[in-house]
Amino acid sequence: MQIYLPIADLPVNVFLVLGMGLAVGYISGMFGIGGGFLMTPLLIFIGISPAVSVATVSSHIAASSFTGAISYWRRRALDIALAMMLLSAGIVGTATGVWLFTELRALDQLDLVIGLAYVTLLTVVGGMMIYESVQAVLRTRRGQPATLRRPGSHTWIHGLPFKLRFKRSKIYVSAIPVWTIGFLIGFVGAIMGIGGGFLLVPMLIYFLRVPTATVIGTSMVLTLITMASATVMHAATNHLVDAVLALILMVGGVIGAQFGARTGQKMRGERLRLLLGLLVFAVGLRFAYQLVVKPDDLYSLRLVGSG
Amino acid sequence: MRRLTALALLFFACSAGSASAERLVVSLSNHRVAVTSNFVGEDLVLFGTIEPDPVRSALGPPYDLVVTVTGPQQTLRTRRKQRVLGIWVNVDWREFISVPSYLAVLSNRPVTEIADQETLRKLQIGLNYFLLPQRIGPDVADTVPDDPFRLAFVRLQRQQGLYRESSTAVTFLTPTVFRAAIPMPAAVPTGNYAIEVELFSQGKFVARTNTALEVIKIGFEQYVADAARDYGLLYGMATAAMALLIGWFATVVFRRD
Repeated sequence: MQIYLPIADLPVNVFLVLGMGLAVGYISGMFGIGGGFLMTPLLIFIGISPAVSVATVSSHIAASSFTGAISYWRRRALDIALAMMLLSAGIVGTATGVWLFTELRALDQLDLVIGLAYVTLLTVVGGMMIYESVQAVLRTRRGQPATLRRPGSHTWIHGLPFKLRFKRSKIYVSAIPVWTIGFLIGFVGAIMGIGGGFLLVPMLIYFLRVPTATVIGTSMVLTLITMASATVMHAATNHLVDAVLALILMVGGVIGAQFGARTGQKMRGERLRLLLGLLVFAVGLRFAYQLVVKPDDLYSLRLVGSG
Repeated sequence: MRRLTALALLFFACSAGSASAERLVVSLSNHRVAVTSNFVGEDLVLFGTIEPDPVRSALGPPYDLVVTVTGPQQTLRTRRKQRVLGIWVNVDWREFISVPSYLAVLSNRPVTEIADQETLRKLQIGLNYFLLPQRIGPDVADTVPDDPFRLAFVRLQRQQGLYRESSTAVTFLTPTVFRAAIPMPAAVPTGNYAIEVELFSQGKFVARTNTALEVIKIGFEQYVADAARDYGLLYGMATAAMALLIGWFATVVFRRD
């Protein structure tokens, strides 16, 4: 069944898009991430322009992270104070990202920057995740406890001024790294069409020492608000959000996420992280391949204006 | 039935016969193409008759016919990638100013056999001879037909089905009655389309007429597209609200605790 997308301006198969929503939703439920880094490339692959994909996926992530945030809220497993602190900088990051997105589009370099950002971010983060989880798997093999949180170990980050106490997460950290992380997540999210959950969770654990109990819930609240505001900003400035496409993706995504979450709960933490690391790394390599290999067509068109 | 009505309409349609003796009368099967949610493209049919010049028809040469359909104008940028430090980057581009978003050249045999290059260029017939102005420095001009950017532009538009040249789309039912199939692909741009019909005899242009059609988005699609363009902020807030609603709805439906 074909349906015409009003903003992307092309017909797509409803079941194909719904299936993509389900598949990405399953993965996102399994790992507790938004799945934007998978959804955006998939949409580009089926012929939707990178700009419309990035803008539309933000609303899809808002839906799936809201689902997640509600269930974590019910379990009291999120730190609202920390989320709000991250958010104050996140909104600034998103606005900067949307602005840069508009500028790059005008310079015909948006696709390149999206590609480069994906390669760098995904291969680096994926590589780090693989390394870390392989170490953890090996440690458990040897019978040592797999500890992520090393209490009492302080880094230079803990020496920074403007310290704040976050009661729910039981941490006492400077506002500077919190704001920096929030800004970065908002910024890359707006440019790359990703929620940034797979970046935010490790950052919160390693840099701020947020306990695993509250980290995913907190990350979801942040993702929810940055992505909801990215949707509004992309719609207001670039007019690129396709509500019909978003609706199909969301419906598939939230259903898939429920089943993914059940699978994820049955798996061990380090195995899950290894799998996610491999997935992130593979998507990064795919983008690298695309940039390096000679394209089928050296020429491409972009609509500048009507008339 | 549709054909009969179309033929009946021929007699009421007017023509622009110019000074020559032939008169062209055409009628389109449908003047309005509606793009709805399940639009996958459509073929329009143009019927027409030639009221022949008695002297010329006595000589007995067959007529040739070219139908040129042009969609609403757009400005498009054609970009070329080049390898820079190992990766492929858009390094060069040309802007094609106010070119048709849709361009179909339909004829009964290849346009190069219908008339000589000079005539084709003058009348802008065929994808090679249609004027596609580029911005070159401070000037706006068309280049030679084998300019790489122009070739790439036409090729990319052809791949999308938006530009096409067909030497079989016009068929003569009798020596003076013809029919032309105008393909409208799924990605057809909305707006007003002009249809130019040109008649040739022995390589000479003899008559022309024109008609028009309109491609419109209707119903929900139009509503969404308009809202996104005119009320971006509200539209964005509505989309975000929809996201929250669906997210919340999922937790209600799948609640396990």
